[in-house]
Amino acid sequence: MKIKVWGCRGSLPSPDPENYRYGGNTSCIQVTQGDTCVILDAGSGIMRLGRFLSPEVREVHVLLSHLHIDHTMGLGFFQPLYNPQVKVHLWGPSSGQEPLLYRLRRYFSPPLFPVKLSELPRHPEVHELGDEDFSIGEIKVKSAFICHPGPTLGYRLTVGNKSLAYLPDHEVMLGSADFPKDPQWTSGFDLANMVDLLFHDGAYTSKEYVGKMGWGHSSIRDSILFAKMCQVKKLSIFHHEPTRSDEQVDRLHQEVLAQGELKFELEMCAEGNVYEL
Amino acid sequence: MPAQPLELILARQFGDSLSLPVFLVDPEGNLLFYNEPAEVIFGLKFNETGGMRLEEWATVFKPCDHDGAPLVPESLPLVKTLSTQLPANGEFFIDSLTGERILISVSTFPIIGRTKRFLGAMAIFLKSQQP
Repeated sequence: MKIKVWGCRGSLPSPDPENYRYGGNTSCIQVTQGDTCVILDAGSGIMRLGRFLSPEVREVHVLLSHLHIDHTMGLGFFQPLYNPQVKVHLWGPSSGQEPLLYRLRRYFSPPLFPVKLSELPRHPEVHELGDEDFSIGEIKVKSAFICHPGPTLGYRLTVGNKSLAYLPDHEVMLGSADFPKDPQWTSGFDLANMVDLLFHDGAYTSKEYVGKMGWGHSSIRDSILFAKMCQVKKLSIFHHEPTRSDEQVDRLHQEVLAQGELKFELEMCAEGNVYEL
Repeated sequence: MPAQPLELILARQFGDSLSLPVFLVDPEGNLLFYNEPAEVIFGLKFNETGGMRLEEWATVFKPCDHDGAPLVPESLPLVKTLSTQLPANGEFFIDSLTGERILISVSTFPIIGRTKRFLGAMAIFLKSQQP
């Protein structure tokens, strides 16, 4: 699998000069395996992805973790949606009430957006997901509801014996009994267990988290404890606060590293990062 | 062992934070969790027993009528909820660890996830006033 990060900022795009290195675009990761193109979330980063997508690509699968605006705001600017030669699949969480198609239409309608889904040259195919296992081309996908306000999925993508997990918005502490001692009772454990690469929410410092409990995000500390519990090989801290400068992200990284040796690789995710599993 | 669905994890968290006794069971009736106040009713500690299979906890928890006669399982609210996937409530007696016969009121509700998957049930107990 080839993996490229097109956006890892949380909540709001922040294209400020002081955020240049970690990037200002919101959640979007491209995963390519042979002819199969999977895109994790449609934050503002998906606009640039669309511009650089190979013209030979004829089918794209966008897996939405949830419908908060920072994960969907780029959809209307995703060029392949306006190219009738490209079939776009939109996958996302079931709400149990309103169909995913109707919830997506809310974004693709005035006053939020001028173009309706029905006006696109080729209507995207919409797929609702819950806790399930399925395949897209050679990529095996596992989806599961995780702890975050509103219907929210995490994903695990596997090819052969290599796997990555994507839990960009996840309040692991709230979704866990006796954290971090009981994996069976921890939200997202099956998704991240023993993966080679974990993208996980680490929006807050431990001090910030105290005042933001219940907002659906994790502290960097909890993200690390979760990665340790799951025995991942590499943790990429995701969903940087929009107000966080490169300098501050670097400092948080250094503080964590200074607290002791980890049994896995740790990085603060940066836009433009590329991985090969 | 695979992780529990999010709905059950959050139900356990909810139960764990209540001062009322709470039981959490899976669709087969296996006891997944009981909170600290429920330990008083149950006479066991969750930290020591962990989850228990149906046949195991049914031998410990024995609802009965006023005279101590055992009740048929079908009349119990939790069994009703597991078979109908609907909320239920009712009253019965249990013998406390001190030998006192206590009237208990029970409300149960099904745990059905967003995708309409039936994942289990929660029972909340209240000590009733004797008539």
